[in-house]
Amino acid sequence: MKKNGDPPRIDRRVFMAGGTTAMAAIAAGITGAPAGFIENLLHKNFKEISPERLQRIVQEMEADYTAKYGKTVTVSTTGAQPGVVFGYGLDLSRCVGCRRCVYACVDENNQSRDPQIHWIRVLKMDKSKGIHLEGSDPYYDPEEVPEENAFYMPVACQQCSNPPCTKVCPVEATWQEPDGIVVVDYDQCIGCRCCMAACPYGARHFNWAEPEIAADEVNPDMHYLGNRPRPKGVVEKCTFCIQRVRKGRYPACVEICPVGARKFGNLLDEESEIRVLMREKRVFVLKEDLNTQPKFYYFYAT
Amino acid sequence: MKESEERQDLLPGWSALVVMLTIFAALSVITLMTLLHGGDDHIDPEAHGRVAYGPADFPEIDFEMQLQPHVEEAAGEREAGTFTVPPPPFSDDFIFPCSECHADLETDTERRELEAFHEDIVLNHGPEERWCLDCHNTDDRDNLRLVSGELVGFDESYKLCGQCHGTIFRDWRAGIHGRRRGYWDGAKEYLLCAHCHDPHAPKYKPIAPLPPPVRPQFLAQAADPESEHAEAEEGHEP
Repeated sequence: MKKNGDPPRIDRRVFMAGGTTAMAAIAAGITGAPAGFIENLLHKNFKEISPERLQRIVQEMEADYTAKYGKTVTVSTTGAQPGVVFGYGLDLSRCVGCRRCVYACVDENNQSRDPQIHWIRVLKMDKSKGIHLEGSDPYYDPEEVPEENAFYMPVACQQCSNPPCTKVCPVEATWQEPDGIVVVDYDQCIGCRCCMAACPYGARHFNWAEPEIAADEVNPDMHYLGNRPRPKGVVEKCTFCIQRVRKGRYPACVEICPVGARKFGNLLDEESEIRVLMREKRVFVLKEDLNTQPKFYYFYAT
Repeated sequence: MKESEERQDLLPGWSALVVMLTIFAALSVITLMTLLHGGDDHIDPEAHGRVAYGPADFPEIDFEMQLQPHVEEAAGEREAGTFTVPPPPFSDDFIFPCSECHADLETDTERRELEAFHEDIVLNHGPEERWCLDCHNTDDRDNLRLVSGELVGFDESYKLCGQCHGTIFRDWRAGIHGRRRGYWDGAKEYLLCAHCHDPHAPKYKPIAPLPPPVRPQFLAQAADPESEHAEAEEGHEP
């Protein structure tokens, strides 16, 4: 806390912001730029802007996307509920490796179809070797699954409580929300990919080219920190389907899973599915020794 | 004189120079070839992961997952414990209620191989120990029968399964076993055991996986169906 008597200090950030504001206002005045121009130019980190400003930005997004995809797009700004921290459970004894979750995720979260981006990667492993990441195969493609002597381990963002990815971001374009979801501000991301190097789970993905999605395949139910279309040159990742879970729905991967291996709930609610399985079953987190403290719990129900 | 001879020994001779040049040339050639081939030489030509598929390639799978109207209606209440179960999965060939046919039939309680009807049902669920009338009720075919003699409807068949599979039943009620759809903090849709497990042969049936992700080497051309790599890969035809 600052003392009341302190004289107002102008640091570099404030100075630069003020200067840019003035320049933008002049530029817009001269050129008669469209209404969104100033808003875009002055776009600050989503963490810092006022709710009114956020609403204006989001309305602009909705108008842009609606025009671009030819259907009514809504961009939600629903915040975290108090008393909720999300946790995820995945039953390794049930997963059959069918990859329904991978494609349901792409359908729900508007990932680029070309070049292809998948937020979930299913690793096939040898039962006799146990969990052996280096020896795993994500490219298996047999006629039918599960295969003899194999088990499957889907890996996506582990939503760490102590996330290394957010610490390395030089522009604070990625952070952990109060409900534990690690999100990315696609407008703020500069594409340096430090977070991808920092993530021990390979859960972050980079848009090397302009993402391509057919207009009729776009999911119009969006969240400003989640599945809204990404520009070229930014990093994206699983958000536990923030546009769904903040409305109370289960993530898409949970609902599509044909064997019911995926579980989801509030870690602060003792009666929730995730807490029950943490109490009752054998649970582990991936790469526990790195102290990333994932909120993604693998378990064995049998 | 002696000193200069020693210095001569320190310099590489012609033979050593030739060997080094050969190694250098070989490495150059390998590097050049790798660059020309995009670095995919070490990928088995039969290997998967060359073609990019999207959800739209699988119209038979319902990725939208619309909730049942009554689950959606109950969503507003946010009442934990509002659970709904879709109707039991009767096969298309036979019409419920069972009594429509069975009321006129004489009951034969003798254990036998079925020949006239229902002969397509293969019992692979403890076939030595179990027979039709252990679960199906003899006198009232529209209900199932618990060991206690109590009758339960087909929409409550989980009670029947839970008689033996107690730990699974407990997990199912807590939401750890089986599929759930709906609201994590409210109204949910459960499935009956029989929606996923055929009660007569309960082992989960293998299914075809959706295609693997594209290997990084092929990302650039993976979405182009005319490319040579795409032609090489078979299967997963939409």
